[in-house]
Amino acid sequence: MSDTHQKRSPEPSRLVLADGRVFRGWALGASGVVTGEVCFTTGMSGYQEVLTDPSYHGQIVTMTAPEMGNTGVNAEDDEAARPALSGFVIRRSSPRTSSWRAEMDLDSYLRERGVVAIEGVETRTLTRHIRDQGAQMAALGTEDVATLHDRAKAAASLEGRDLASEVSTPESYEWSEGLGVWDPEPSVAADPSTRPHVVAVDYGVKRSILRCLVASGARVTVVPAQTSAADILALSPDGVFLSNGPGDPSAVGYGVSCVEELLGKRPLFGICLGQQILALALGGRSYKLKFGHRGLNQPVKDLATGKVEVTTQNHGFAVDVESLAGRCTMSHVHLNDDTCEGIEHAESGAFGVQYHPEASAGPHDARYLFSRFMQRIEASRA
Amino acid sequence: MPRRHDIETILLIGSGPIVIGQGCEFDYSGAQGAKSLSAEGYRVVLVNSNPATIMTDPEFADRTYVEPLVPEALEAIIRAERPDALLPTLGGQTALNLALSLSDSGVLEEYGVELLGARVESIRKAEERDLFKQAMEKIGLACAPARIARTYEEALAAVEVIGFPVILRPSLTLGGMGGGVAYNRIEFDAAIRWAFRQSPTHECLIEQSLIGYKEYELEVVRDVADNFAVICSIENLDPMGVHTGDSITVAPAMTLTDKEYQRLRDAGRAIITEIGVDTGGSNIQFAVNPADGELLVIEMNPRVSRSSALASKATGYPIAKIAAKLAVGYRLDELSSELTGTNAAFEPSLDYVVTKIPRFAFEKFSGADPRLTTQMKAVGEVMSIARTFTASLQKACRSLETGRDGFVSLLDEVDYPALAQALSVLRDRGEMPNVDPLEDDAIRPPADELKAAVLEVVRTPLAERLWYLGDGLRLGLSVEELFEATGVDPWFLAQMAELITLEDELKAAGLSADGELVARAKAAGFSDDNLVGFGTLPAEGARAARAEIVSPLFGRVDSCAAEFETETPYLYSTWPSAPGEGESEVRPSSGRKKVMILGGGPNRIGQGIEFDYCCVHASFALRELGYETIMVNCNPETVSTDYETSDRLYFEPLSFEDVMNIVEAESPDGVIVQLGGQSPLKLAVPLGRAGVPILGTPASAIDRAEDREQFEALLEKLGLRRPEGGIARGIDEAFAVAERVGYPVVVRPSYVLGGRAMEVVHSQAELSGYFKKALEALRGSESQTILVDHFVRDAIEVDVDCIADGERVFIGGVMQHIEEAGVHSGDSSMVLPAHALPPEVLASIRSNTRALALELGVVGLMNVQFAVRGSAVYVIEVNPRASRTVPFISKAIGVPLAKIAAKVMTGVKLDELGLPREILPRHVAVKESVFPFSKFPGVDTILGPEMRSTGEVMGLGATFPEAFGKALLAAGGPLPESGLVFLSVRDADKPAACELGMRLVDLGFALIATGGTSEALARAGVEAEHVLKVTQGRPHCVDRLADGDIDMVINTTEGASAIRDSRSLRRQTLVAGIPYFTTIAAATAVVAAMEDRRGAPMTVRALQDYHKDGRLNRGSVPPRRAD
Repeated sequence: MSDTHQKRSPEPSRLVLADGRVFRGWALGASGVVTGEVCFTTGMSGYQEVLTDPSYHGQIVTMTAPEMGNTGVNAEDDEAARPALSGFVIRRSSPRTSSWRAEMDLDSYLRERGVVAIEGVETRTLTRHIRDQGAQMAALGTEDVATLHDRAKAAASLEGRDLASEVSTPESYEWSEGLGVWDPEPSVAADPSTRPHVVAVDYGVKRSILRCLVASGARVTVVPAQTSAADILALSPDGVFLSNGPGDPSAVGYGVSCVEELLGKRPLFGICLGQQILALALGGRSYKLKFGHRGLNQPVKDLATGKVEVTTQNHGFAVDVESLAGRCTMSHVHLNDDTCEGIEHAESGAFGVQYHPEASAGPHDARYLFSRFMQRIEASRA
Repeated sequence: MPRRHDIETILLIGSGPIVIGQGCEFDYSGAQGAKSLSAEGYRVVLVNSNPATIMTDPEFADRTYVEPLVPEALEAIIRAERPDALLPTLGGQTALNLALSLSDSGVLEEYGVELLGARVESIRKAEERDLFKQAMEKIGLACAPARIARTYEEALAAVEVIGFPVILRPSLTLGGMGGGVAYNRIEFDAAIRWAFRQSPTHECLIEQSLIGYKEYELEVVRDVADNFAVICSIENLDPMGVHTGDSITVAPAMTLTDKEYQRLRDAGRAIITEIGVDTGGSNIQFAVNPADGELLVIEMNPRVSRSSALASKATGYPIAKIAAKLAVGYRLDELSSELTGTNAAFEPSLDYVVTKIPRFAFEKFSGADPRLTTQMKAVGEVMSIARTFTASLQKACRSLETGRDGFVSLLDEVDYPALAQALSVLRDRGEMPNVDPLEDDAIRPPADELKAAVLEVVRTPLAERLWYLGDGLRLGLSVEELFEATGVDPWFLAQMAELITLEDELKAAGLSADGELVARAKAAGFSDDNLVGFGTLPAEGARAARAEIVSPLFGRVDSCAAEFETETPYLYSTWPSAPGEGESEVRPSSGRKKVMILGGGPNRIGQGIEFDYCCVHASFALRELGYETIMVNCNPETVSTDYETSDRLYFEPLSFEDVMNIVEAESPDGVIVQLGGQSPLKLAVPLGRAGVPILGTPASAIDRAEDREQFEALLEKLGLRRPEGGIARGIDEAFAVAERVGYPVVVRPSYVLGGRAMEVVHSQAELSGYFKKALEALRGSESQTILVDHFVRDAIEVDVDCIADGERVFIGGVMQHIEEAGVHSGDSSMVLPAHALPPEVLASIRSNTRALALELGVVGLMNVQFAVRGSAVYVIEVNPRASRTVPFISKAIGVPLAKIAAKVMTGVKLDELGLPREILPRHVAVKESVFPFSKFPGVDTILGPEMRSTGEVMGLGATFPEAFGKALLAAGGPLPESGLVFLSVRDADKPAACELGMRLVDLGFALIATGGTSEALARAGVEAEHVLKVTQGRPHCVDRLADGDIDMVINTTEGASAIRDSRSLRRQTLVAGIPYFTTIAAATAVVAAMEDRRGAPMTVRALQDYHKDGRLNRGSVPPRRAD
């Protein structure tokens, strides 16, 4: 992919927030009007991973980094079969794609995948607005301001909505792909028959998580979000993984009751929404952050070792650590705002982190958590 | 782990004089380090030979030594101060090498000094090429195929395996010194000898050329608990093959997918861990194959670097400060970035694009090879911040002060076919023919020929290749063709192509361009002047017309892409993507009075750190008085662009438009233009015209001093003498003036700094040759006049800096040049106090200075240059502004001149500051200059009226010989203690040479001399071996030099042909690294210094001891409310 693509002649488009604030730009990607909760992410790399991360379901995502589309898109970097976000907001799209990995340019990809996007937005001003006013619903498209404002005001908030079911797999499947050439520490592939079996509950799982599990030595079966504990146990897992996913954990009641049943029976590991579900199953509470943590640079401290990890984060809700007092311990803390970034349930060996150890996009500092999970599985099998 | 309590005193080593490859970024890092260690309660002992640094301001450390950065001096300081630890990672390669040497010689062990920041093994592992390669192999990372060589034979064997082209990378050198690219055996033979000589370990890596690979850098930090963070990723627009200091670089990386970027990050972590840097920062360079993403490690610097200064400014994350704290035991999670209050382990996120463009000075070094290779040649750099790459690129282009108003067309200036031809000659013969700029009426070649020429020219990396690429696109070359020719990533080329398309659109639209198009142009970074040039804005009232459509916004550098609310004092301008969009983040009003200080722009020859020092001092002084200070500058190396220096920092070009934007946003009560050198000074008149209040000396005084007719009237009124001369507006007028006053004449364009295009010419033929160069230098300046003055032969030059408040004058210092008149004052060594002038001459100099300052109405600083012959005192030049000697004098007399000047500019009187008429130190201070000739083989090293030094050192001592000896040592390393001295002097110098010869023999040296000098010595009864001149047959003196027989050279010449004849001699001394002196005055001083030093141990003394009487605090007044 090396041709400089012709930009379409600019068509004015706008993003209108529920509070009436209007941001103007030009249409990019698919046409139409979309609504969603407007948020921002500060990651400077990995826009394609953002586009395909199912955790962004229901959201209009603003990229704070201004130059987008530079390296185009490629099949390998998709984190899911299709984009789940509602809309995509950027400052500028590249006049040209330049990467040996590129298979398509950003605009074509957005159109092909039906993502409504806008460029030319003063994203720093938008980000400051979201930061100051908090997350809110918005509408994006080429319609007039009044129409978009009405749509934004009418859009249902993410709180209390079960978004996980909407992005989960309809059926179970086996996953066998590892990290391949991108594995920083490739290990010798074990015989599949002796690999521990991990059942991953898909609340909106990113492929990179599955790849990391495989790379850590697991045989992976992915099951739909609403799979019952009995059905999971029927698969004879050695460990159960609770995936990331979009939205409010309190709306995923089926997940919480499933985990309540699994606790103590198998080693459990939850990431992001999976961790929040684990916390709720342990009797804790979650709450909505003002504008969430979304980026690839979030410093987290492992309270057991004192080590700092630079992590990928993408969450609008968090675990209220007070609510878990006496039930489990906080294993990781965010160094900027002291929010809970990980929990450890010593009794059952279940643990979870709020951030994304699989990264993609983001730094690999926390990959050790997959090994920790595998070690717990080994220990419980012995 | 908190701060260490087992250490109390820490020795901090600076990087010495500004040289190519080691600029004022190490003053920035050293000053930050000193400040933060002091704040932690440590006793800081600091040493640096460069007086123009902020770090050597006595208040930055407990003990400050301005002493040569040589092991002997360091040992003396260690003996006197008994530090517990030494932090060598903030002072560049100089400090690191010095620390290694002190470790090797056992000094550190003897005095129990612990090395902080990086251990000896780590430094060696990172810096010694074969150890580094082994370390990389161990962690599974690839380097370019390469072999290490310590002998010529080994090197040759290596090339046979690797194959041409090869890159040579000597061990332990700075700025890629001694490195290069060789395409064939002939180039290789020359290059490898040069490389071995430059390496202190006589070791060189012969590496397969990765020309065309993409180049990236990571700035990383790691703490004692193995916590790690990447502060900034940097992508080089110029691919591999060009030193990163000479490359245009962009942050963050633009053309990597996340998977590729994380692979770099993982490699960065593995490298810093393996090398063992566990308490500080490092810079790691990578090459990436654009075809398949293959990753190769190039090198790593286990210390803060030029790139880390850039990264600090690009991100707002103070790397040096954090590195200093990590070195004393803190962990990242215990520290916070004060800019945003976020944790120090929080990797900065940028919501803007940063572009750095290097600033070159090839115009100062005629005959230099202009090709950019792995040995750095840039003398400075600019950085710009904007929301998009195109805007950032254009802003950086106009920050350069090269007369290029952005990414403009050079099709009317550059003769591409001739340039292509000259480059081909350069490749074949190793010498570059001169290429004249196009005449206005030149006939353009056919389009195809021009296109082919541009395509050919861009294949060679040159200082202005970026603009040539733009012209290629203008002529219709495709992104693919240019990528193929240059290896510049197509993404960057496509961005440039978009600018050219927009340029065409703007030209086509003309004055009928709609608001949307104008806004788009501004968002893409075009200046108002560009738009006037395209016909899109009217020439008259362009600014107002544009302001009706769109105005700039200001964004904050906050390290977090606005994730957190911050009130950072660090701002940049940006243009909304459409009229009315976006919000500005300027919060101008504080209720206090505000002063805006315009900085000096990029470092270049003639305008360096000295001016930044003055700006920084002004900010400190005015904050002391209760003012709010606003700094404007675009040089990322400096202390002025540390966001802590002023109440607010605007990282912006020093163009009228950009400065006015800030003025309109801030409405300062006054603007200071006289401290930052020529860049801000030339804005004085346009800003004044726009109604901006200029503080201090009025712009009219500048005119009176610079405008020849007004200046002559001024001198006449005061009854002062000047060499006869006149103004010429063309070559014929110049001939006439020269005839009238008599040759030799000194010629120069008016309104230029650093003697740009200044020359002494001896004949009409030389004068006409001079003219072309002068016209080039005048590009972009308002005045087109040439000054022609009689050159006063054999005169002694004197520089005076003073401060006036309109009523009284304080003389900072009267400095006597050591070289005779004719050598630019910036290149000349100087001594304070003037050591050999009769009292009546000194009195006349002082009274002349006072008269000039009062008559001109100077409020602030003024510099006067005098020529003295016998008892006659001539005024050569008056500059009502800061000069480059201000920091030297301040350190010598213990009074901070720039601070006082800034206060005076706001209306404080000298009397209130308690200043006497003058302070005469009891000790002696010598300023010696440092030259970049070793970077430019082929350039004549003889000194003249055109300034060519990049930096300076100061030698302090009880006597002139002691101080001069230290200055020489600091500038160029040790003088020989025995051996053979070569003498060849012009007739006028022969008597003095005979006396020197005698003294040298007494010192135990043997002499060797050419014809006339040898005869003169014989007549004087001094024994000397006779040797042939180069023109007399072989073996001649240059052969003897090449054989390594000669240890020091004294060679003075006069007249163009004698200068030409002796050129190969000077050249060879440079190659051989032998001390050489081209004026008899300097040679005399050197011999005195050698006599002084003989056998005596070096004595060192801290500034705090020199100025025990507390003079350093003089000039302080109780803070007054500025309202």
